[in-house]
Amino acid sequence: MASNDSDDTQAPVPAALKILVAGGFGAGKTTLVGSVSEIAPLSTEEVMTEASYGVDDLSGVEAKTTTTVALDFGRITINPTLVLYLFGTPGQERFWFMWEELSEGALGAVVIADTRRLETCFAAVDFFERRGVPFVVAVNCFEGAHTYAVDEVRDALSLDPAIPVALCDARDRESSKNVLVTLINRVAEQMAA
Amino acid sequence: MQAHSELPPDGTPHGLPHRDAVGGYDEDASGAQDTGPLVRPYVIAQGRDHADTVQLDMISVVIAAKRAEVDEMALEPEQVRILELCRRPQSVAEVSAHLDIPVAVVKVLLSDLLNRGLALARAPYTAKSPVSRDVLQAVLDGIQRL
Repeated sequence: MASNDSDDTQAPVPAALKILVAGGFGAGKTTLVGSVSEIAPLSTEEVMTEASYGVDDLSGVEAKTTTTVALDFGRITINPTLVLYLFGTPGQERFWFMWEELSEGALGAVVIADTRRLETCFAAVDFFERRGVPFVVAVNCFEGAHTYAVDEVRDALSLDPAIPVALCDARDRESSKNVLVTLINRVAEQMAA
Repeated sequence: MQAHSELPPDGTPHGLPHRDAVGGYDEDASGAQDTGPLVRPYVIAQGRDHADTVQLDMISVVIAAKRAEVDEMALEPEQVRILELCRRPQSVAEVSAHLDIPVAVVKVLLSDLLNRGLALARAPYTAKSPVSRDVLQAVLDGIQRL
């Protein structure tokens, strides 16, 4: 069978977009994904090539290892031609090699800040800032955790004033929607700039 | 899990740690924690030549070709399952998750299906094909409809 024959009666294949949801372990990534996803969050394992991380003078194949990283993701069908995927990505700096691959072509990113362990999102903020990936910071308000003002978090993260910071409850669909809407608006802003 | 035993017992440290804005992700940030169970060494399809495989992304969307006559005997059982699943559009990542097959293996099985004309795939938006304003507006509308 020819590999390149076309068939006009075939339904169009939708194109996909992705948004990354980064944050430390337990910050609420999968919870946020699950609160807006039309499917229960799925988990897949991606084999990533980890190149001589942090060791510049080690070159060659020996310096590369493969690592399997579990990714949770959800899906939002926008319309028959467009599907949006939300990928929860481990936020620690040791996974930066994976963000390289995942952030390729990403529409933007949500960095979930857990004020009980704010430092766990520093690496993600650094990464998206450097790569010019549009992102917003969502402060997940956990019960029992001390609540900080948006400005305190912004200050602690030394954020560019243009980067939106939103308080959210990752369990709540409306709240998570609001975070995504904030992100899309930020993407539009950055496109226009 | 003991990686998190350093958390203060009440979970409410006084004041927030500050990020060094000029610091890099390749530096040894003081707060980096070992998440342990998220990663384990794993080698798959070692020695397999991917030269003839179609370039597929995690979110390339795949759909089974409607008109195609499938000779199931000529396919791997997993490929038959993939075609069944892809009667409705599914991404590579979804196929992997639903059938519990690693992404790398799904890509190999799928490229074979694509080469045989049994499935169709569409590449996702990338940096080389950025979204238009219209697409962005559609995404915004879609999220707001949720």
